[in-house]
Parts: sequence; C-alpha cells; structure tokens
Amino acid sequence: MSEASAVVQLSSVTKRFEQQEVLREFSLSIHDGEFFTILGPSGCGKTTILRLIAGFEHADSGQVIIDGTDVSTLGAEKRSVNTVFQSYALFPHLTVFENVAFGLRMARVARTEIESRVKEVLEMVQLGDFAQRRPEQLSGGQRQRVAIARAVVNRPKVLLLDESLSALDYQLRLKMQSELKHLQRQLGITFVYVTHDQEEALSMSDRILVMHQGQPQQVGTPRQIYESPRNLFVASFIGETNVLNAKILRALDDYRYEAELEGRYQRIIHADRRYQPGDDVHVLLRPEDLRIEYLRDAGDKPGFVGEVKDRNYTGRTLDSIIELPDGLQLRSSEFFDEDDPDFDYSINERVWVDWVHGWEHVIPAENLNR
Amino acid sequence: MKFTPTFRQLAIWLSLSWLAVFVLVPHLLVLVTSFLTADPSNLAVWPLSLDAYARLWDPVYAGVLIDSLYLSLMATLCCLLVGYPFAFVLSRFSPGVRAVCLFLMIIPFWTNSLIRTYALKMLMGNKGLFNDTLLALGIIDAPIRMIYTEFAVIFGLTYILLPFMVLPLMASFDRLDRSLLEAARDLGANAWQRFWRIIVPLTMPGIIAGCLIVFLPAMGMFYVADLLGGARNLLLGNLIKNQFLVVRDWPFGSAASVALIVLMAVLLWAYFQANRRVSRRGGLEDENLT
Ligand SMILES: Nc1ncnc2c1ncn2[C@@H]1O[C@H](COP(=O)(O)OP(=O)(O)OP(=O)(O)O)[C@@H](O)[C@H]1O
Ligand SMILES: [Mg+2]
Repeated sequence: MSEASAVVQLSSVTKRFEQQEVLREFSLSIHDGEFFTILGPSGCGKTTILRLIAGFEHADSGQVIIDGTDVSTLGAEKRSVNTVFQSYALFPHLTVFENVAFGLRMARVARTEIESRVKEVLEMVQLGDFAQRRPEQLSGGQRQRVAIARAVVNRPKVLLLDESLSALDYQLRLKMQSELKHLQRQLGITFVYVTHDQEEALSMSDRILVMHQGQPQQVGTPRQIYESPRNLFVASFIGETNVLNAKILRALDDYRYEAELEGRYQRIIHADRRYQPGDDVHVLLRPEDLRIEYLRDAGDKPGFVGEVKDRNYTGRTLDSIIELPDGLQLRSSEFFDEDDPDFDYSINERVWVDWVHGWEHVIPAENLNR
Repeated sequence: MKFTPTFRQLAIWLSLSWLAVFVLVPHLLVLVTSFLTADPSNLAVWPLSLDAYARLWDPVYAGVLIDSLYLSLMATLCCLLVGYPFAFVLSRFSPGVRAVCLFLMIIPFWTNSLIRTYALKMLMGNKGLFNDTLLALGIIDAPIRMIYTEFAVIFGLTYILLPFMVLPLMASFDRLDRSLLEAARDLGANAWQRFWRIIVPLTMPGIIAGCLIVFLPAMGMFYVADLLGGARNLLLGNLIKNQFLVVRDWPFGSAASVALIVLMAVLLWAYFQANRRVSRRGGLEDENLT
C-alpha cells in the first residue's frame, strides 16, 4: 500500500533511556483502518513504540506523523489517539459513566451530546446497565470494556492497546479477542495492538510487526509471518519450527534445488528466491508439515527414518518427537483422527517421516548462536 | 517471627495498663475536677457543680475560642499550602532521594519543640536574623515587628506542625497511580485539569488526615503562642494552662480541657464519616490502585 494511506508513521525514530538505546532508526507505517499488531518478547520495545505514538515519550530523533501531521513535539493531550492501558487505569473516584465521559468533558463537548455518546458507547460494549457503578465494582472483563469505551468514545483516529487482554483468564481472553476484532470492524478505527502472545496476534491482526531487541524483524499478514518467516527469530517466535541446516548442491529450476540436509540427506527443496550452489540455508518445517508412517507402509519412499521419542495428545492434535540417527529431533503435530490406526506408534518405535513437499520454507543460513 | 500466646497476652496487657494509667485515669481526673467547685487555697473542692461549664459561655472565652480556631486554621492552611507541593514533588523522586529528604525534614524533631520555639523567637526578634538579613539586603529600612504578632504564632505553628501534614500526604501520593495521570492526559486533560480532577480528589484522604493532625494539636500548643504571641490568651491551650498554673482555678481549666477534647472528638468523628464516604465512593482503599 502507498504511504498516503498511512495513518501513523514513524520515520527513523531513535529512542534512548539513559544510555540504553531502545529503538534505533526505527520506521513503521500503519495503514488507515487496519488492525495492526506489534508482537515481540518482553523488553523488545513494544510499549515504547506505543508510548511514542501516544505522546507519553518523545523520540530523541526522527518523526512521529499521525494522519499526515508531524506530532513529534506535541504532548499526549493534544494527539488524536487514545490508549487502552494494560492496567486499564480507570479513575477509581468516578463512576463508569464519568470515566467514559472524561475525554468528552475535557474536549468541552455539550452536555446533552456527552450523555448520548456515552450511553451509545456503553451499549456497544454491553455495559449499559453499569453506568453508575464504580470501577471497583466491576469484573476484570467489564473494566477492560470500560477502558475501551473510555477511549473509543472520543472517536480517535487510532486506538492504542497495550497487552490489553493479558490480565484476563483464557476463556475471557478468547471472548474479548473476538469482541475487539468485531468492534474494530464496526468502528473502522485503526487499532494498534501490542502483545507478546503469538496466537493472539495471528488470530486478530490484519498485519503484524515482529520485533526483537528494538529491531523490526518482519512486517506482514499473519499468513506471511507464519508461512514465510523471514528469519530464524520470526520462525521460532511464531509457533514451533523444525530447523534443518542445508547446503544447496545444484539448481533444478528457478525455485527448486537439490540440497544436502544436515550433511547426509540429499533432498529436493522449494525456495522462494534464488540461491547459488554452495549456499548455506535453513529449511524450516512446521510440525504440522510433517507426515509419519509405519516403516512397513512407507517402503522405499525417500524420507527420514527415526525413533519416536515422545507422544503427546493435546486434544485436537497428537504431537510427537522423532529422533533421527544423528540425534536431530523433529517435532510433528498431526490432527487427531479416532478412526485412523496410524496414530498408534509406540515410544521407541522406528518410523518413517517426511514433510509435505512444497510446504517447507527456506531462508538463508544465520549464525544459530546469536 | 512468631510470638507465643503468653507473650502476646503480656504485650496486650502491658499496653492496656499503660494506656489506663497514663491516659484514661488522668482524663477521668480532669473530667471529675471539671465538675468540682473552685477554691483558691485547695484548688478544687466538693460539692459538685456545673459552675465551670456555665462560665465557659462567657463571651470572653468565645473570643479565645474564635482566636484559637482562627490561628489553628491559618496554620493548617499554611501547612497545606507548603506541604502539598512538597509531598507532591517528593513523591516523584526516587525512593533513595525521598528517604533522604524525609530524613532531613525529621531531624529537627529530635530537638525538643520548646527549644525550637525559643530559637524561632530569637530569629524573629527586632534584632533577630530575619530582620538583620532583610536590612542587609536592603529590602527594608527599619526592622519590622515580627515577634509577638499573629503572624509569628502562625509561622511557629506551621513550622512545628509541617511534618504532620507532609507524612499523610506522602502516603496519599504514594498510592496515587501514575498511570491514572497518563490516562487523563491521554484523554486530553491539561496539567491544571489533571491536578483538580485526578490528583486532588485522589489525595483527599491525605489532605483531610493531614489537616486534622495539624489542626487539632495546634489549638493546644500554648507555648508557641506564649513565646511568639506575647502574653495574651491566644489559644485554648493558653487559657487552660493559665487556669491551672496562674489563676489556679482547676475546675474551670478542666472544663475548658473537656470542651477542647469534645471539640476534637467531633472533628475526628466528622473525619471518619467523610473518609467512609470517600472510600465508598470509589476507593482509596482500593487495592487495584496500586
Ligand atoms: N522509562 C524507562 N526508563 C528506562 N528504561 C526503560 C523505560 N521504559 C522502558 N525502558 C527499557 O526499554 C526497553 C523496552 O521496554 P518496553 O517497555 O518498550 O518493552 P516491551 O516490549 O513493552 O516489554 P513487555 O512485553 O515486557 O511489556 C526495556 O529494556 C526497558 O528496560
Ligand atoms: Mg510492554
């Protein structure tokens, strides 16, 4: 998409706390109306990015542009974005109604309009009957909704959410995830959502930014991120991955290569870019890309032979760890099917294993000990 | 550390007896004395009478009460005006700096407050340090009269009682969740609005507690009024002291004491009522704040 549709843009932002450089020459462009997620491990700078956009922090260099205007020097109170805080930060001395009305009162909106807008937004988050309660009289999920209502009632260009669901229990979190997504479609507001939960990111986002130690690793749709991770960090942070080291032997055509895996298996691999013979690469295999068969059924089909080291039934899937003769362990995950006798491998049984060809993802080799 | 039941019981009984002997009994004695008849040679004698209480309604004493309330109120106000920003700034420092500042504020309290009041008296004299400094700086041409004025009494009370204001305020500011201020800012509140709509309401329990802890003792601090205010009955405390030590009318002094205690009790009761309403209204006692 073009830069013109960007509602939030950070360009070459550097942010230091004391001596520590948290962000360095960091650029980011968020499209109007999308659900954008910033995903990364703890301490990678997610909250810092959000606070830079909100205006609670100011960049040491670089620009923050919201809706086409450079707001780098504006304080948080003057920016047309609103934040849903991780701790909700509801005002304990005000009712739910007054909490939600706060932003409108600050903007000196007329009394009658405040009344109707607050009511409307409280209905939307299903808290119409709770207007006169105090925050302390609400459950976690309800507080969360008040926090969202308090932000969206101002009709901001962008809504910033910092790990807003992480304090909720699993069931409630799933429910709130779909509610949030629904709300975002309904309002058409741009959501910038911060999380370290990759499942949450995959299920809610239009696009995801994966961060690591202040460096952007990859921006893309959930599918791109999951299926074509750009590097080992992204691959291993989003879901589980088997990483095989390989060397390209020769090109068969533009995107198919003969390669030597782990120094002993000659296989054909599919890549999405060109490599030269002699290049070192990683072949990434998702657990669900692997197929296991009994040795007697597999016959002479090319593939690996290994021993089942662990079997783990998770409800929907059956996860196995298969150890190859050289000690390399492969994780596989198969959908559980009660009618399928193939699911009866025993521990230490020798089995045949291979991946569904074409589903592998190849990336240039990286130093694994980084 | 775990206390054995006997140790705990002993501790409870010890403190209870301490309170009984040194608080309850003296107060009861005062209460009884206030109902006796004054006698110049024997201090207080039978029969019981309500004389002392009747005399409390004399307009002269109403004047003392009003003076006393006024001075205490002014001192409380000064303490609040100085203490609030002080506590606010202090609460923003790192715990280390804060500890040092509090420590510095408390050090003078290791000196007896009577001695510190004498020191103030010297400083505020016509040839005291304050006047000398002002003269030397050329701000004034002739010494201004500070000592033996209302100003001096208010200044002295403020100086002595300030920490009692700062400590409860600090506690309130400590409990004030910084993210609430960011939330208010995020919603468009400027510094002034954040102060009046968030900070003041949420530190109100500290403000009320601080004001009471300053206001109540201020009315009884006779030595401050004596030393800095001259020989007038400025505070209720002076009135009481004079009844006991100068006029030697113990029943009347006792009645005035009882009146002061009742006044304080009423104020404290009002405070607890207000506090309960505040916490019901949405809580400073709310754990979610921290
Ligand atoms: N106010 C601050 N002062 C000093 N260092 C800070 C400050 N805020 C953040 N940092 C540092 O900046 C880095 C990034 O912090 P940030 O809060 O953005 O991480 P995060 O990705 O949100 O992590 P988490 O998932 O744990 O919330 C961390 O190393 C942190 O220690
Ligand atoms: Mg964070």
